[in-house]
Amino acid sequence: MQMPAHISQEFELELENIRAKVLTMGGLVEQHLAKATDALQQRRLELADEVSADDFKVNTLEVNIDEECTQILARRQPAAGDLRLVLAVIKIIRDLERVGDETAKISRMVLRLIENESPKAYYINVLAMANHVRRILRDALDAFARSDANAALHIAREDPSVDREYDAIMRQLVTYMMEDPRSIGTVLNVVWVVRALERIGDHVNNICESIIYQVKGMDVRHADLDEIASNIHNE
Amino acid sequence: MQLRAEDAVLTDSSENWPRHAAGGAPTHAVEPAAMQSFADETPDDTRPCLTVEQLNLCYGPKQALRSIDMDIPEKRVTAYIGPSGCGKSTLLRCFNRMNDLYDNVRVEGSIALHGQNIYDKSVNVADLRRRVGMVFQKPNPFPKSIYENVAYGLRLQGINKRRILDRVIERSLKSAALWDEVKDRLHDNALGLSGGQQQRLVIARAIAIEPEVLLLDEPCSALDPISTLKIEELIYELKSNYTIIIVTHNMQQAARVSDYTAFMYLGSLVEFGPTRRIFTNPKEKQTEDYITGRYG
Repeated sequence: MQMPAHISQEFELELENIRAKVLTMGGLVEQHLAKATDALQQRRLELADEVSADDFKVNTLEVNIDEECTQILARRQPAAGDLRLVLAVIKIIRDLERVGDETAKISRMVLRLIENESPKAYYINVLAMANHVRRILRDALDAFARSDANAALHIAREDPSVDREYDAIMRQLVTYMMEDPRSIGTVLNVVWVVRALERIGDHVNNICESIIYQVKGMDVRHADLDEIASNIHNE
Repeated sequence: MQLRAEDAVLTDSSENWPRHAAGGAPTHAVEPAAMQSFADETPDDTRPCLTVEQLNLCYGPKQALRSIDMDIPEKRVTAYIGPSGCGKSTLLRCFNRMNDLYDNVRVEGSIALHGQNIYDKSVNVADLRRRVGMVFQKPNPFPKSIYENVAYGLRLQGINKRRILDRVIERSLKSAALWDEVKDRLHDNALGLSGGQQQRLVIARAIAIEPEVLLLDEPCSALDPISTLKIEELIYELKSNYTIIIVTHNMQQAARVSDYTAFMYLGSLVEFGPTRRIFTNPKEKQTEDYITGRYG
């Protein structure tokens, strides 16, 4: 929905500013996830190190955006679409921060995997899942940038496929551990990576729900996706 | 988090109570099943106190209200918002036929108070105004004592017994949250009170005669924030006994005090619905633009 500008230019800028910062934060998180994945794929320790070292930047942005949202709520008393934007931002940055934490966790596991020179066979499928998760995270940020509820809904519908990948990989990892109990230590590191990726998928899903709330004013948590889709399309 | 199939039908096209309609603005189809589940539209079992139907009003050649249709729920607070000149005060004045006092005013359509058309020839206007009290933007106490201000309406009705007056005045001043501040100086001149106290006195005067409806025309715009909060608290207290209709330029005030909000623009009712929804998810773009400060 294209809105005319606010009478208050300053307010307009404040809202624009939090939107831009969410995208910056999202871009950073996305970049960290890409680095952690590349580190594993290319066995590059330094990339994983960078992610661990830079996680504080994500946290700082979260605190900063949170504070700006508080200021807007206190001083502007936003209503309707503006209110929903601020509320959605507060939720989205929380999810992004958690994605950041999960990514930092992945990078720590990747460090161990590289240092132990674990066989690639253990985590080859994980790379595919990581790419999938990276893509839906990027798509969710795009949907936020364009205030596109349909795109957000589409991404939310992909969450079950991430969960299926998680289940499949887990079964495989369990098999490795049963076949060779000496591998348990190494494989467990892979398990944590997969678990973290699955959690990131859930956070992306939450972000999509926040976007739908922001754009359509519908609280779609715990609701049926097909029903939401028909409601969005009926408008 | 998983999205699960259960509860919450998220239709956006249902409008529960109250009835919405406006000249030119789209009306929304009401489906009972959808109504139940729309979390914002709290089911409300109150009956309408005032029913406005196809109300048009012209000041000479200029049309100020355009086919307004709405039900105002009983014992709830209904707020009118909208830019200056949109007709909200004009509409408010229709509810106790205050517009009769102006020349050149032509009213079409009807307003029913509990089913009786107040524009019917048989209606006694003085009696109507006793049932529908009004408070204005600027406090207008009479240049008399606090006591006599509140007693005024009762004396007009021929009630002069000291014992009855004392009781009603104490009760009214208590209801208006003013009693503790004035009980020791009831016979001082009302003009010596602060603006906020004067406004509460005027409300006490209005409720002394036990109206059914209380019309408040920007009751806080001349008051400081603390007095404003006291009036808002008073509105909250009073709504258990009275139907309250408030016109306000302060949107935050409408959001704070009202149960239902009506947005008017250029003489038409654009949107009318539960305040909970109007301020979080209005249906009409004009409403959204206005309440988010994009109107221009």
